[in-house]
Amino acid sequence: MNPIEEKIRKINREYHYFNTIADDIEEQQKNSRGKLAGKLISIKDCICVKGMESTAGSKILSTYKPLFDATVVERIRAEGGIIIGKTSQDEFGFGSFNINVGVDFKVPLNPHDKTRVTGGSSGGAAGATLLLDNHIAIAESTGGSIVTPASFCGVFGLCPTYGLVSRYGLMDYANSLDKIGPMAKTMKDIALALTIIAGYDEKDSTSTNKEKEKYGAYLGQDIKELKIGVVKEFKQGFQDAVQKKFDEAIKKLQNAGAQIKEISLPLTTEYALSCYYIIATSEASTNLAKYCGLRYGYTEDLEGSYNEFFAKIRSNGFGKEAKRRIILGTFARMAGYRDAYYIKALKVRTKIIQEYKKAFEEVDIIATPTMPILPPKFEEIEKLSPLQNYLMDILTVGPNLAGMPHLNVPIGKEKNLPVGLLLTANHFEEKKLIQVGDWYERN
Amino acid sequence: MKVDENLIKHIAFLARLELTDKEVKEFAPQLKEILESFKKLDKADTKNTEISLHPIPIKNRIREDETTACLSQDEALSLTEHKKDGYFKGPKIV
Repeated sequence: MNPIEEKIRKINREYHYFNTIADDIEEQQKNSRGKLAGKLISIKDCICVKGMESTAGSKILSTYKPLFDATVVERIRAEGGIIIGKTSQDEFGFGSFNINVGVDFKVPLNPHDKTRVTGGSSGGAAGATLLLDNHIAIAESTGGSIVTPASFCGVFGLCPTYGLVSRYGLMDYANSLDKIGPMAKTMKDIALALTIIAGYDEKDSTSTNKEKEKYGAYLGQDIKELKIGVVKEFKQGFQDAVQKKFDEAIKKLQNAGAQIKEISLPLTTEYALSCYYIIATSEASTNLAKYCGLRYGYTEDLEGSYNEFFAKIRSNGFGKEAKRRIILGTFARMAGYRDAYYIKALKVRTKIIQEYKKAFEEVDIIATPTMPILPPKFEEIEKLSPLQNYLMDILTVGPNLAGMPHLNVPIGKEKNLPVGLLLTANHFEEKKLIQVGDWYERN
Repeated sequence: MKVDENLIKHIAFLARLELTDKEVKEFAPQLKEILESFKKLDKADTKNTEISLHPIPIKNRIREDETTACLSQDEALSLTEHKKDGYFKGPKIV
């Protein structure tokens, strides 16, 4: 067996980071030419790879081998990237800890401590990024699914501006929130991957037609005069270990000449979580309506009426959190409740976007911790109600709702567990995130 | 509105999900707790505020109506066992 495939299989037996592993790595290596020549690239399971089982971590898509590559995969192949497999995730992205995997899937384990979660929903991508060398992961975020696992596993993870990277070939969770972005051990690899995958795609109607940037140009700079905002409402109240590392990181940025400025995001603090979960589940419940066992994926014998057949396939194919979010989203769009929930949330979202836009008139970057806690143990998470689970996303849903690019920067360990700094910039200002993330990595 | 097991069953029917009694019992109080927490949005002042369907402005883009390459009929049918005479075969309607 190819030594890389063997290594991936070994890691997978222990940590469960892959749903599918490529069997043609050797052949891809032979033909690898371009900016990603020789580089190993893993793809989150919700992104289509031609001929490779792609399930978004759900039983309902088991056996589905796409007939085409997602645009990001096409671009990676064109630059010689070696596609090594599909990384594990919460089913359709429905989770912050990657414990909500689909029926018959395994939960990934934190690479620092197997009794703890990787974070989600791109848990497999983050764990594999830490344990594999010469590797970049292509992940996806709806409400924090890139930065959260990056923080819990101790790697860089960048979620770009909504519309910068094509979503063609992504199995939607929530169309107006989903973004594809890279994870890596170095900012150089983040910049390289983003340069390759970003850019207009006529196959995605929400893709932004902007001139392509070379993000590597923003590496190796200092951060003097850069204005970094700390949020009055998100300055304290975190778990002690997180608080300590966060305070140290802000001090370090200040000592390097960055101007630290206090800003306030009262509407985001108060409303972002409710607003996010209403919009995300509403969109999810419509997106998941297409899975019915007729054209691809999990199926059974054609028995009973339409309603009976579809209900049977969907009830056997979806896991519990998927069902819960379908129920929640269907309710929020139901006649009589639509204005009070879905439409109201879309209006509050406008307010939140305006609040971020105003903050970025004063600062270049906003800094908070990525997660308020260290990676928790599985048994600690099991005690939480679904609502308590959702509340853990308080720091990540804001930038995701507003479509702002954001980056997890590993800022050291406490109790042998990684802590992450979350940097957020204004729309299409990924360059500032790369500048600061890279500076932090070098200092 | 009463968030109870009957409501959960009604929504499940609309979403074509068959929930077990256990799931219905579990989801009812959870949905109630979540919806309670969503109520705080009522306090947000959204008078004269437009909705944001996307985080950045998106314009409708329409391409020229020209034939382009797409999946062949055989390819489109290649991922299912439910097919007949070049068509997808579905469960009975009546």
